[in-house]
Amino acid sequence: MKSLILRTTTRPIIVVLLLISIFLLLRGHDLPGGGFIGGLVAAAAAALYAIAFGADAAARLLRVRPELLVGWGMAATVVAGLLGMLAGREFLTGLWWVIAVGDQELKLSTPLLFDVGVYLVVVGVILRFVLSLEER
Amino acid sequence: MLIALLLAFGAALVAPWVTGRLGRSAGWLLALLPAGLTLYFLSLGPRVAAGEPLVQRVSWVPQLGVELAFRVDGLALLFGLLIAGIGTFVAVYAGGYLAGDRQLPRFYLLLFSFMAAMLGVVTSDDLILLFVFWELTSITSFFLIGFQHESEESRANALQGLFVTAGGGLAMLAGFVLLGSMAGTYRISELLASPAVLVEHPAYPLALALVALGAFTKSAQWPFHFWLPNAMAAPAPVSSYLHSATMVKAGVYLLARLAPALGGTPQWFWLLTLVGGATVLAATLLTLLQRDSKRLLAYSTIVALGTMVLLIGVGTPAAIKAMVVFLFAHALYKAPLFMAAGSVDHEAGSRDVTRLAGLGRSMPWTWLAAGLAGISAAGLPPMLGFIGKELAYEGLMGAPWLLAGLIAAGAVLLLVAVQVAWVPFAGRTVRAPKAPHEAPPSMLVGPLALAALGLTFGLVPGLVQDGLMRPAAAAVLGAPYAFDLYLWHGLTLALGLSLLTVSLGVALAATWRRWQPLLLARFGGVRVGPVAVYEGGWRWLLRFAALQTRFVQSDDLRHHLTIIVAFTVALTGGVALWRGGLESMVWAPSGAYLHEFLYFAVILLATATVVRSHSRLVVITSLGVVGFGVAFVFVLFAAPDLAITQFLVDTLVVIIAALVLIRLPSSALRGEGGRDIRWLSGAVAIAGGALITGLLLAVTGLPFDGALTRFFEANSYPAANGRNIVNVILVDFRAVDTLAEVVVLAVAAGGVGALLRRRLGRGDADAARREPDGGAQ
Repeated sequence: MKSLILRTTTRPIIVVLLLISIFLLLRGHDLPGGGFIGGLVAAAAAALYAIAFGADAAARLLRVRPELLVGWGMAATVVAGLLGMLAGREFLTGLWWVIAVGDQELKLSTPLLFDVGVYLVVVGVILRFVLSLEER
Repeated sequence: MLIALLLAFGAALVAPWVTGRLGRSAGWLLALLPAGLTLYFLSLGPRVAAGEPLVQRVSWVPQLGVELAFRVDGLALLFGLLIAGIGTFVAVYAGGYLAGDRQLPRFYLLLFSFMAAMLGVVTSDDLILLFVFWELTSITSFFLIGFQHESEESRANALQGLFVTAGGGLAMLAGFVLLGSMAGTYRISELLASPAVLVEHPAYPLALALVALGAFTKSAQWPFHFWLPNAMAAPAPVSSYLHSATMVKAGVYLLARLAPALGGTPQWFWLLTLVGGATVLAATLLTLLQRDSKRLLAYSTIVALGTMVLLIGVGTPAAIKAMVVFLFAHALYKAPLFMAAGSVDHEAGSRDVTRLAGLGRSMPWTWLAAGLAGISAAGLPPMLGFIGKELAYEGLMGAPWLLAGLIAAGAVLLLVAVQVAWVPFAGRTVRAPKAPHEAPPSMLVGPLALAALGLTFGLVPGLVQDGLMRPAAAAVLGAPYAFDLYLWHGLTLALGLSLLTVSLGVALAATWRRWQPLLLARFGGVRVGPVAVYEGGWRWLLRFAALQTRFVQSDDLRHHLTIIVAFTVALTGGVALWRGGLESMVWAPSGAYLHEFLYFAVILLATATVVRSHSRLVVITSLGVVGFGVAFVFVLFAAPDLAITQFLVDTLVVIIAALVLIRLPSSALRGEGGRDIRWLSGAVAIAGGALITGLLLAVTGLPFDGALTRFFEANSYPAANGRNIVNVILVDFRAVDTLAEVVVLAVAAGGVGALLRRRLGRGDADAARREPDGGAQ
């Protein structure tokens, strides 16, 4: 779609959307959000870009194939599960490392890695749909 | 035993790598493993012969009482030696036969997997475990028959073999479960110890029939015999291993194994003798029509298998003795015959015995092996095959009809031996499609060694009498049985019958060139009996599947959806009404505010627009409005995660649906061919909506059990470090569910991606050029 208004507004909007998506992903464990929702926001941003600039441009911006995102995401979820097993617990048991950064604390964990995996899969799947349909 | 099996499976895994490294000499190295297993079984010989079977048990599925239970007694030892021993020579032979084939690594993977599975079948002491290995042999043999997978015929024949044997395997599983519940144990040795419980049980005939079905399909008994000759599409090493010495004998093994538990009844006797006899008869007649050396051997294998089943059915000590010796002799001569036929095919270019002659000069060693094995196959002294045949005659002395059939079969076996081991080699004039030369050493060792064994054991049967034959017969009989084997029985009736057999066979072979073409011309193209039933059933099944798919999964999306929703409404709604599932419905809305009704008004309005509008874009956008309305309801009831998800999903659905709709032809919104089916669609949609509403009202009308909610509220932060319960459930408490959903999503993406690529009608090159992410799907 060659709309100047759409193209001009899309650029700042997707930056904000992507930031929000990562924000939602990271805060998901304590407040509304999480990998699935964050992934949907990021996918919406990419879909908007694809509509404004075309599928080819979106694919170039993405750099990797959507299938790869899906694969990496699945790998992340499985690795998150296996880390629990490496620690001698059941598959998918959550492990936590809380690091103090100033007066804030940074919570790294295998559930977070799992959520990142979900995020990547959701983005990859929806982009696969949108890019396949949008290109012509 | 477990370690031996694991070693064999492990060898299967590393075999492709070794083959890739070593190339054509890999066969010699890889053969060391089955050779080692052979030595292992030999080392078990003395204790097994002394009546102390090797027993090993490892717990596997304790909830079901299924164990990794192994037991090596005389019968298992005999089979184990045949499987590992012949496996050794087949591994070497295959290295020569498939030299330079780029798929040789894959071949060794399959061959060793098959060997391990087969060893598992014969050493299992647990019915379920046996079944697992049994099916594994079916699957590996499917891949081995279809090894030349570029060939359409090869694939079809592999499929046929799989359907017949795996189908029989399913019946066998049902029979096993029945046996297990009758006896209260799946342990085979315990079943054998209490035959009375099984035989007197009312379900005995059914269990027997089901188990026998598994054995008959696997051992190519009539009417399931047809898959075996077709399996000759496999390369020669496979034929010589699977289809002569090992896999097809698995059915014989099963019957022999369970004979002490299930045998000795009239049902057992009649079932086995009738099927075995019919098999011998049918295969004998069909052998006369063959010209291809491998098919000749395949039909003669069926004759032999039928004879074994027959002998097990008769079940007297003499018959069992004959069965065991005949089985051993058959494996020792049939494998080298198949290998020799394969060598001739490989070096002289044909398996049609009418097109070959005089190869003996250029292939003397192959001829020697084939000749020795052929003498054994023909049942002539001084080979082990002669002893086996004599014993079979003696075992059937009480049943003249069966004996007569066996004599005819023996004559035909001699004919086959002549056709395969004499005709292509003898004579001065050389006839062959390509210039023949001797096979490489790797393809000579196996046939020569096995044929030599047949000769040695024929001359000195005492070598295997005490250590192998007696324990095996004892295992089948369920009691120790002492007998002696002699090459020379004296002037008995059996010897006279042998002479009759030989003269009949020689007469057949001498005149073969005259009568065979006539027979072939008359009956060659006739396809009747079980094959026709199988093929007809196959076509019928495909047609039914196509019909059913067209109805249920129509190309027309609305038709498709209508079917799904209508069935859901009919089944779920029907059950709900029938079982009183909707009785808890509460109709009175309570405590609703005005603004809540406003949301519903918006949703209803948007729905009305969807139904009334003729513009696709309006329909899609209105559907989005419906979704947003629902999302606002979630906001109202304080479910932020759900609301956010709903908003985002609806946004994306609108985008994706709009992209799809743009591509649809304009007729798609109306019924095709002008027929407007919107009233039908509307009715189904309203019924579906009513069902869901009713179910929801019924569910909310029930008292709410807050145990789960309380658990998550109490444990979310202490146990999982998270305050957002929804997310904690998704990534921690029920993370396995999420993992499965992620996989489903990924599969869906793969499918949609591939479908769109095809549906949109782009060529591959075109797609690769236009899209940087193309190509790799």
